[in-house]
Amino acid sequence: MNNNRELLVEVKNLQTYFFLDEGTVHAVDGADFDIHRGETLGVVGESGCGKSVTARSILNIVPKPGKTVGGEILYHRKVKGVVQTIDLTKMEPQSDEMRQIRGAEIAMVFQEPMTSLSPVHTIGNQITEAIRLHQGLDRAAARELAIEMLDLVGMPLPNRTIDEYAHQLSGGMRQRAMIAMALSCHPSLLIADEPTTALDVTTEAQILKLMRQLQDELGMAIMYITHNLGVIAQMTENVVVMYMGKVVEEADVDTIFYNPQHPYTQALLQSIPRLGQKTARRGAGQRRLTSIRGMVPDPYALPKGCPFHPRCSQMIAGQCDQIEPQMIEVAPGHKVRCLACAGA
Amino acid sequence: MLGYILRRIAMMIPTLAIISVISFVIIQLPPGDYLTSYAMSLAASGEAVDETEIENLRLRYGLGQPVYVQYYKWMSGILLHGDWGQSMEWRKPVKDLIWERMALTVFLSLVSIMVSWFVAIPVGVFSAVHQYSIPDYIFSTLSFIGTGTPGFMLAMVVMWVAMRQFGLNVGGLFSDEYIMAPWSWDKVVDMLKHLWIPVIVIAVGSTAGSIRTTRANVLDELNKPYVETARAKGVKERKLIWKYPVRVAMNPFFSTVGWTLAGLISGQTLVAVVLSLQTNGPMMLRALRSQDMYLAGSFLFLTSILTVIGTLISDITLAWVDPRIRMEG
Ligand SMILES: Nc1ncnc2c1ncn2[C@@H]1O[C@H](COP(=O)(O)OP(=O)(O)OP(=O)(O)O)[C@@H](O)[C@H]1O
Ligand SMILES: [Mg+2]
Repeated sequence: MNNNRELLVEVKNLQTYFFLDEGTVHAVDGADFDIHRGETLGVVGESGCGKSVTARSILNIVPKPGKTVGGEILYHRKVKGVVQTIDLTKMEPQSDEMRQIRGAEIAMVFQEPMTSLSPVHTIGNQITEAIRLHQGLDRAAARELAIEMLDLVGMPLPNRTIDEYAHQLSGGMRQRAMIAMALSCHPSLLIADEPTTALDVTTEAQILKLMRQLQDELGMAIMYITHNLGVIAQMTENVVVMYMGKVVEEADVDTIFYNPQHPYTQALLQSIPRLGQKTARRGAGQRRLTSIRGMVPDPYALPKGCPFHPRCSQMIAGQCDQIEPQMIEVAPGHKVRCLACAGA
Repeated sequence: MLGYILRRIAMMIPTLAIISVISFVIIQLPPGDYLTSYAMSLAASGEAVDETEIENLRLRYGLGQPVYVQYYKWMSGILLHGDWGQSMEWRKPVKDLIWERMALTVFLSLVSIMVSWFVAIPVGVFSAVHQYSIPDYIFSTLSFIGTGTPGFMLAMVVMWVAMRQFGLNVGGLFSDEYIMAPWSWDKVVDMLKHLWIPVIVIAVGSTAGSIRTTRANVLDELNKPYVETARAKGVKERKLIWKYPVRVAMNPFFSTVGWTLAGLISGQTLVAVVLSLQTNGPMMLRALRSQDMYLAGSFLFLTSILTVIGTLISDITLAWVDPRIRMEG
């Protein structure tokens, strides 16, 4: 793991629950990971494991009836060259300071470019809104900057597109507009929540390339959420694997692909058809595609012990179904939450 | 867009022609005509029926002629001379009877709609944003009661209270001395003094309904991803609620503006009867009962014209407020 970079965000034992009539959903239940300045952190995991809720917790926009009930999100904020540390979970979601961070210093791109833009406002209107809010520019200057941003993200004819509505654009162009909006205030962290899931493969490749190139130019950190391991391989430096609201493995991308420790990470890797060059070294015997046994457990009734034990092939009876594993550092920068791996 | 509007207007012409024929035929459907019902009511009250006078009237109004000749005369009168025919009961040209009432009706309806929107939209938005809070339950209960209360009953209660508790002269839109008087500043002031009761009565029902609609529409939009996008940008909660979900939720409202036009003639008839308002509803009801065919026919035809125009206005407004529809045209 690349530890010589400055810390940007530290997520510590984050717990975000949804209090429903049917019971409490432990959407995020003790997630730990760090994001460094300028790095790309991949977050993977099955649907429903709490990736999006983690992202919303960082922005402090968890929708009701959800609430962050425990843990810390330490944000190391650079104000005029001096680093201040604030705990985002302790901030009032509607406070001025939180709103200044949101959109300006930490920005987010969502999964659904189709519905994430207002159907009745031009994209220019929506981009300039962020610019005017955070940079205090007047209408004309904000518009100019918005056109510049659209140009930067490779939007064709930005002068014209700025006055168009979302439904006039293709999916890829909408996502470009979303990225332009998110980057318009030069955030230090961009959270991309499955930004290409709704796009076709060619467009996906273009957007990924664009994001890498923008990162080189602007230097922000990216928290890239996806369940596509192929994208993780292409895009990220460090990877966090989540299962049932917890981080079960954390390492740099090569370690995750070549030396995964957690049985869940191993199962995830076996469940994808191809990983480009990275699978080539895995040996012919491993190429058969397997799916992960069993289902994600009922979120209301978490199993005792390790949440993955009912589906785990390396389950140790009497241990894994009793003791909740803790995060262990098995190698420098490589952490795993698994009893079976503890001795390894 | 312009082409779309022109096309729509061109399509209105055959529609209206067919509607005019149908309304005329419907008016003629009941057995007998105005003169037979007139003679009968004279006989019933014990007055002598002058056969020659009846005959003269029959000739004058062309009642003996075939239906299509009558229709032709009526239509050509309207189209060529703006003459809507004669009201037999009032012995006056139809156009002298309806325009003033029309103006009053339009005025009363518009004021009521504005009052009801002015109340309903903020309340509905508040209820949606604070779903399942105590104020939301209170507003919801009130709006259910409001929707369930018949307008005429409310009218009677309000009149009774105003009279007994405050000793106010209620009913009608004018004090007696102004009813027949020509328009003057004093008459307008007098009307405004009378206006609040009908406005309240009419607005209560529609406010209640509009609160429900606003609340439901805003709730639908509130959890859409584009709202979260705005939130993630750091926009103030109150500001983003009004700019995004409310703005989208208002589209159906804008689009019903046109339809209220049609309600102007026959809408609120019961309330108008109870409050003895000089609006269109009661007059149309009476004309239909006494088979005063040109008057009734004119009302029916006007209602249809307003419905068709109203629908057009609705469509244009909707296209104007919703870019998704605008672009298709
Ligand atoms: N608004 C909400 N109300 C109730 N429960 C919620 C809400 N949002 C998320 N959850 C619950 O929180 C858990 C985690 O959801 P989350 O959206 O973070 O999953 P995810 O990892 O992003 O999955 P996906 O890959 O499908 O996007 C799920 O069990 C989900 O049911
Ligand atoms: Mg998600």
